[in-house]
Amino acid sequence: METTIAGKTVKINDQGYLTDLNDWSREVATALAEEEGITLKDEHWPVLEYLQNEHKQETALSIRKVGKSGVVDIKGFYALFPGGPLKKASRIAGIPKPASCI
Amino acid sequence: MSNHLAKSLPNDWDLTIIDQRKIHHYQPGYLFIPFGTYTESDILKPVEKFLPERAKYIQKPIINVDKDNDLVNLEGGQALPYDLLIIATGTDIAPEETPGMAGPHWHKSIFDFYTLDGAVKLHRALEEWEGGRLVVHITEMPIKCPVAPLEFAFLAESYFYERGMSDKVKITFVTPMDGAFTKPVASDQLGHLLKDKGIEVVPNFNVMEIDGDAKKLIDYEGKEVEYDLLVTVPTNKGADYIERSGFGDELNFVPTHKGTLQSKVKDNIFCIGDATNIPASKAGSVAHFEGEILLENLARFMKGEELKDEFDGHANCFVETGHGKALLIDFNYTHQPVSGTFPFPGIGPLTLLKESRMNHMGKLAFKWVYWNMLITGRHIPFVPSKMSEAGKNLAEVNN
Repeated sequence: METTIAGKTVKINDQGYLTDLNDWSREVATALAEEEGITLKDEHWPVLEYLQNEHKQETALSIRKVGKSGVVDIKGFYALFPGGPLKKASRIAGIPKPASCI
Repeated sequence: MSNHLAKSLPNDWDLTIIDQRKIHHYQPGYLFIPFGTYTESDILKPVEKFLPERAKYIQKPIINVDKDNDLVNLEGGQALPYDLLIIATGTDIAPEETPGMAGPHWHKSIFDFYTLDGAVKLHRALEEWEGGRLVVHITEMPIKCPVAPLEFAFLAESYFYERGMSDKVKITFVTPMDGAFTKPVASDQLGHLLKDKGIEVVPNFNVMEIDGDAKKLIDYEGKEVEYDLLVTVPTNKGADYIERSGFGDELNFVPTHKGTLQSKVKDNIFCIGDATNIPASKAGSVAHFEGEILLENLARFMKGEELKDEFDGHANCFVETGHGKALLIDFNYTHQPVSGTFPFPGIGPLTLLKESRMNHMGKLAFKWVYWNMLITGRHIPFVPSKMSEAGKNLAEVNN
């Protein structure tokens, strides 16, 4: 379905995740972050960029993988995106929610 | 794959299989060992029984792959040159990755069922257990057979029911994801199963450490889950030699192109099954479906032709739900599991995303199909490598 985020028409799924990364912009990210109760600061952006790059390379993400990335450690990841870091950071980065097969 | 290759490889090629094990394990059978449905003899057969005559067989540990010089270095100093390498060394558990998991409580109050040793010891523990808090736990994704922990929880509920112990056992399912079911259609249609069976779900739990003395899991936000008996799926990693070869990712999985199955490490290295990092399920059915496109691409590579970018991520898995029933799911990279009939549209006899006794019979019959058909390089009857949309209620997906 289509909706408007930060003045831009974007496609999202019923869980509020962008379905096309091309719709993503820093303004869209800022608005999505606000919905998650997060105000984006300088230290959030390298993490979002890392997640997007991994997604583009089609690798599956996990908290531990992010923790080993050298971009942020796990505690830092929780501090930036409290209460479900991978789920929230993925949504703000415009990539799909981490999921299992069922 | 070796049996496929033995039939199709041009005569001027030699085929060598390096297997680090002497005994082949029917790994889907591990799930049934703790409950006494299968014993060791049901799931073990010598590797040599299944090898094609044409292949040379080496049973030795691998030191590393020297990709720059096209060599596999084996223990004992032997270096094996290759023109084409297929990596199929799978994934294994790494309990040492979580502090407190692989310590003095391992296989005492903390068990796995992803190894034969773990499954056998867990069987003994379950037989003697007098009840309490049973916690079924996923450490992190990706894991081999992502539905197995859920199946374990369902089968455990059924096992304790049959033993008249339901009132003495509290089962909790602890997952790093946001629910036991993560796909929208499956969540809608199957979410009730856990509630019906009295299984509590603790979602979004990323374990940081286990306090084995106090018997509790602790996550990165300080949340705690107490247990009397912990059945965990530890971190899954690719083989150690991948790390020693210097080309795996953080978890020793081989960077691989998801459509062609050619590795991103070097053109003459291909990869199949759980050893890859492709975003498909780490399930045996996936490896089976990959086999067909890999065989085609190996032939193309040998002739210098362009590879087919065609693997669609197809997986087809039975999901045991206990009390003699099971579900069946069929999905790929782009299609989540939905309900329907399988493999014949409108007829079945199997039902997708819905419990039935026939599905359970299918799961048990699959052991025979595995030993007698799949491993010898034959196809699953009526199930093509590419996912079919026929017989599926695709309208259930609304995004």
